[in-house]
Amino acid sequence: MVEFYGQKLDSRLLMGTAMYPSPDILQKAVKASKAQIVTVSLRREAARQQSNQQQSGQGFWELIRALDVRVLPNTAGCKSVKEAVTTAQMAREMFETKWIKLEVIANDDTLQPDLFGLVEAAQILSKDGFEVFPYTTEDLGAADRLLEAGCKVLMPWGAPIGSARGLNNPYALETMRNYFPDIPLVVDAGIGAPSHAAKAMEMGYDAVLLNTAIAKAGDPVTMAKAFADAIDAGRAAFKAGVMEPRNMASPSTPVAGTPFFKLD
Amino acid sequence: MSLNIRLNGAPAQTGAKTLKELLAMLGYHEDAKIATAVNGDFVPSTGRAEQKLANNDEIEIVAPRQGG
Repeated sequence: MVEFYGQKLDSRLLMGTAMYPSPDILQKAVKASKAQIVTVSLRREAARQQSNQQQSGQGFWELIRALDVRVLPNTAGCKSVKEAVTTAQMAREMFETKWIKLEVIANDDTLQPDLFGLVEAAQILSKDGFEVFPYTTEDLGAADRLLEAGCKVLMPWGAPIGSARGLNNPYALETMRNYFPDIPLVVDAGIGAPSHAAKAMEMGYDAVLLNTAIAKAGDPVTMAKAFADAIDAGRAAFKAGVMEPRNMASPSTPVAGTPFFKLD
Repeated sequence: MSLNIRLNGAPAQTGAKTLKELLAMLGYHEDAKIATAVNGDFVPSTGRAEQKLANNDEIEIVAPRQGG
């Protein structure tokens, strides 16, 4: 059971909804993943698009509602505090939720968070009653500021969005986990394979957020199940206690009683 | 008299006097699943009738979309 802002959930997979081959595959993938939170966005829409059920925001919204999951709107693409705050306010009205995945993006090449803007936007939004899920880095100073701003969840990146590089800085992610033992932590972005998600869970992360790795798989529905299984396995391993690595070998078969063994 | 505005980033002209009028003229239904902003500030659906438009206003109209 994982808890975000008082909401208890069984699934530790937060799933993006973009880039699926079709709405039908998206629906099936969400079901296969057993995800209980999906991320959504808002984008410009011309009135003429409204009549097209497949392309319209209304059509997409109805598809998501039918899935019976919680939605986590994002501020993807926002590059300033003002853009992020206004986008969050529009999202709150449209999706009828206080939750916001707060992204303030520093540049187009790495899509890394602008930590200064992120903290400022988190302060404004938290004061305005939002429950903020900040997309951040492993920086502990920024993390402390985000918590002071009112965030009760932190979402450090694994690697740049859509890069599929996995956990670029495992040392920093482990440090963050150890530094904040009681704050819900979600690895958000950069996950490419189920093994990356399992690794994050073995470290003790509370959940994983990903999109491209499922949406762009050859078979997204099967990949969604693979991620769900990997996350379950990683979580179970963390709870069971993963052994510490060592440099030298240590026999697993008993040494005592080995045949042909002679005492000098 | 028509106003020169920027609608979702593109130059446009409108005879609408309020944001609510503009949305109606553009063909949005009263209960369309959209959200709006004028000059970078959020305008809630309940405030669209009072939101007067002026020359050079920048208007954003957004709808739900897939996201990561």
